[in-house]
Amino acid sequence: MPQRRAIRNIGITDLVRYRLPVPGVLSILHRVSGVLMFVLLPWLLWLFDMSLRSEVGYQRLLQVAGGWSIRAILVVLAWAVLHHLVAGVRFLALDLDLGMTRPAARRSAWIVFAISLPLAAWVALIIFGVL
Amino acid sequence: MSIGARRLVVGAHYGLRDWLVQRATAVVLAIYLIALALLVVSSRPIDYDAWAGIFAPLGMKIATLIAFVALAYHAWIGMRDVWMDYVRSTAVRMVLQLATILWLAACLAWAVQILWRV
Repeated sequence: MPQRRAIRNIGITDLVRYRLPVPGVLSILHRVSGVLMFVLLPWLLWLFDMSLRSEVGYQRLLQVAGGWSIRAILVVLAWAVLHHLVAGVRFLALDLDLGMTRPAARRSAWIVFAISLPLAAWVALIIFGVL
Repeated sequence: MSIGARRLVVGAHYGLRDWLVQRATAVVLAIYLIALALLVVSSRPIDYDAWAGIFAPLGMKIATLIAFVALAYHAWIGMRDVWMDYVRSTAVRMVLQLATILWLAACLAWAVQILWRV
């Protein structure tokens, strides 16, 4: 029996210097954005509640969303939704065996970022009142 | 880990079902989100009346509720995967999974209340 090399998970300290390929970055960000949306779901529902409750609530929401920190959180959330959505469409395509070769998978990962990041930037400009 | 002699209670041993449900709910959410974005963009400039008007029709309430149910199920499978990947202790994981389900159920109930008050 030939001796096989033991394969272990990398340690948490190795994460800094581990160079993930683009599809890997896309994948972990898919997870990070998902957890982020899960954690912020009650906060979003609170905003949704305020926006629909009454005219007064709607105006209060606009006031609350006027602060820089709240706007920053909203921008991060918008990015999370957009990345999760566009990357998710790519995963659905992979499920259908589309773009399974390594070059195709890398290209589609770049395309996801090329779509989700400009869209997030556009929403960010709207949130900060530039557009 | 097992409860009793042979009841295995760890792992995603729910066959293809959850995998498929996660994809199906993803499609529902994608369609709903894009439709909602188009509705909002097409009714700009948006004020309270326009915003509340979007959710006033029964059809939109039902569509939004279905989207919320899809969201809760989708988030459950995703969070379950996260707990399974990072939490080694079965007891801790079970508690976190149960908390996730209760949390999402509460959010869902709240969503119903928000929608049907418009």
